[in-house]
Amino acid sequence: MLTLIPQLGIGAVDLAAAFLFLYGLHRMSSPVTAPSGIFVAGIGMAVAVLASFLYAFDVGAAARPNLPVNLGLAVVALLLGGGVAWWGGRKVAMTAMPQMVAIYNGMGGGAAGAIAAVELFGNKAQGATALVMTLLGALIGAVSFSGSLIAWAKLDGVINKPVRVKGQQVFNGLVLLLTVVVGAYIVVASADSAALILAMPTWIYLFFAFALALGILMTLPIGGADMPVVISIFNAFTGLAVGIEGYVLQNPALMIAGMVVGAAGMLLTLLMAKAMNRSVSNVIFTNFGDVVAHKQGKIKGELKPTQPGDAGIAMRYAASVIIVPGYGLAVSQGQGKLYEFVKLLQMGGVSVKFAVHPVAGRMPGQMDVLLAEAGVPYDMIFQLEDINDQFATTDVALVIGANDVVNPAARTDKSSAIYGMPILNADHAKQVFVIKRGEGKGYAGIVNELFYADNCNMVYGDAQTVLIKMSEAVRGLGLPAVA
Amino acid sequence: MDFQISISGFVAIYIFMLAAFAGWVIIGHVPAILHTPLMSGSNFVHGIVVVGGIYALLNASTVQEQVIGFVAVLFGAGNAAGGYAVTDRMLAMFRTSGHPAGHDAHGKSGSVKSIHAKKH
Repeated sequence: MLTLIPQLGIGAVDLAAAFLFLYGLHRMSSPVTAPSGIFVAGIGMAVAVLASFLYAFDVGAAARPNLPVNLGLAVVALLLGGGVAWWGGRKVAMTAMPQMVAIYNGMGGGAAGAIAAVELFGNKAQGATALVMTLLGALIGAVSFSGSLIAWAKLDGVINKPVRVKGQQVFNGLVLLLTVVVGAYIVVASADSAALILAMPTWIYLFFAFALALGILMTLPIGGADMPVVISIFNAFTGLAVGIEGYVLQNPALMIAGMVVGAAGMLLTLLMAKAMNRSVSNVIFTNFGDVVAHKQGKIKGELKPTQPGDAGIAMRYAASVIIVPGYGLAVSQGQGKLYEFVKLLQMGGVSVKFAVHPVAGRMPGQMDVLLAEAGVPYDMIFQLEDINDQFATTDVALVIGANDVVNPAARTDKSSAIYGMPILNADHAKQVFVIKRGEGKGYAGIVNELFYADNCNMVYGDAQTVLIKMSEAVRGLGLPAVA
Repeated sequence: MDFQISISGFVAIYIFMLAAFAGWVIIGHVPAILHTPLMSGSNFVHGIVVVGGIYALLNASTVQEQVIGFVAVLFGAGNAAGGYAVTDRMLAMFRTSGHPAGHDAHGKSGSVKSIHAKKH
């Protein structure tokens, strides 16, 4: 009888939380309603966490003596983990958002893996089905945890080169196989405890060691520009792991929330892969960037550098400008200076739009967030399919720190690694300016023939510095503003 | 009356199937411009794992279980709180030309709220 009220309470609150998550995510489908969407989901989370303390009324006899300590530990862990992450999330620069999301995602995967570990070490998962599900959740959660940490290290520049060795895929396959074998052994051995070669905890440690290694090995060879796909995959992985552990704990709120995120992450992953015209497995298993050592046709024309001031003034006298931001803008933190420059152009009556490629930056939609941070209204920001026809009738395309997403080779050069990838038609504009640090190649390691085109001029330098010079030049003209 | 939840076999698969479908449909409607907040928002949603962590920790009977359970709650709480903080911050930044309210570093500007007031 004592357990009846807590069970009812947890059941009702978790049901409400599941609804609030779905409704909150639904409200995120428009920039207007989205802030209230995350708030609604946040309420769901808060009540679910509070209600989970009702589990205290329902603990098993073995854990009852520990209950006061465990309650204290739970509160400390909540405040510590929540507090540090909250502080980090409030502080982090918008340009560092991808690595922050990777960290939080890794934490979720780690939590799912840890729950599975408690179940396994405590021998709480009874029956083959429950055991298999626990192990599956542990595997996916652990891979997501260690993989996300590597993704964070890559995005943060701690690891700045893809680590690739020969036979890596075979080796990774072997590690996966070993993990599965150890997992299968755990299932078989628990059914027939006489068959143990080593003590059970040893096998569980081995299982987690292999799973964690797999996440690291999988992520190490993947390059920076493929990170939008990788982050989406690990987001989906963590969701799946949470959903599966939800089943193990018989908690439908975890099952629903986890699976919703799993499906959402998969959808995003497919969208990102499609935007690169590559399959998901190609992103994960191909050493992209290495394979492009093929001969490339002679490129006609030459690079024509120009001064920032001259380019800025040319844009001030144009009727229309489309700006293509890329990762280089994020690196230089130039988004604020960019919008200052854009406002100067607009005051002069120039029509300015932003064109964002789906995989520009290091996570889906990163450019949109950076522009929003600078204060650019979102009705000035256009996605590839909505703006691509307009380049042909535009005076100036300004490409900032983007390369492969405007490389015409994707349209024409069948031998190119990026052939077939939808690109922004910046080359169709009457005049193109490209702001770029130096003459280096893009992520794909392919020479960009756009840079050599007759209508293209290069402006070398750090994006932020260049944009400041452009603004100075336009101000220096002293032209009257158009109302 | 029994309020103990018991999900097994096909019921679990039904729940998974319906939830996956709901996630797919709901996320399919989100415009590309919101993909980053969407990702961190869904990242926040799987922070619900903290509830499972609390369950595991409260039921821990050995020191080993307590340690791992503590880690589970620590990470789960970090996932949830961090995911909420960054998503909320990002979403507060999106505004239209009609509401060019000055940029507010804390992301809590009135502009987004005033859009709400108009549309609802």
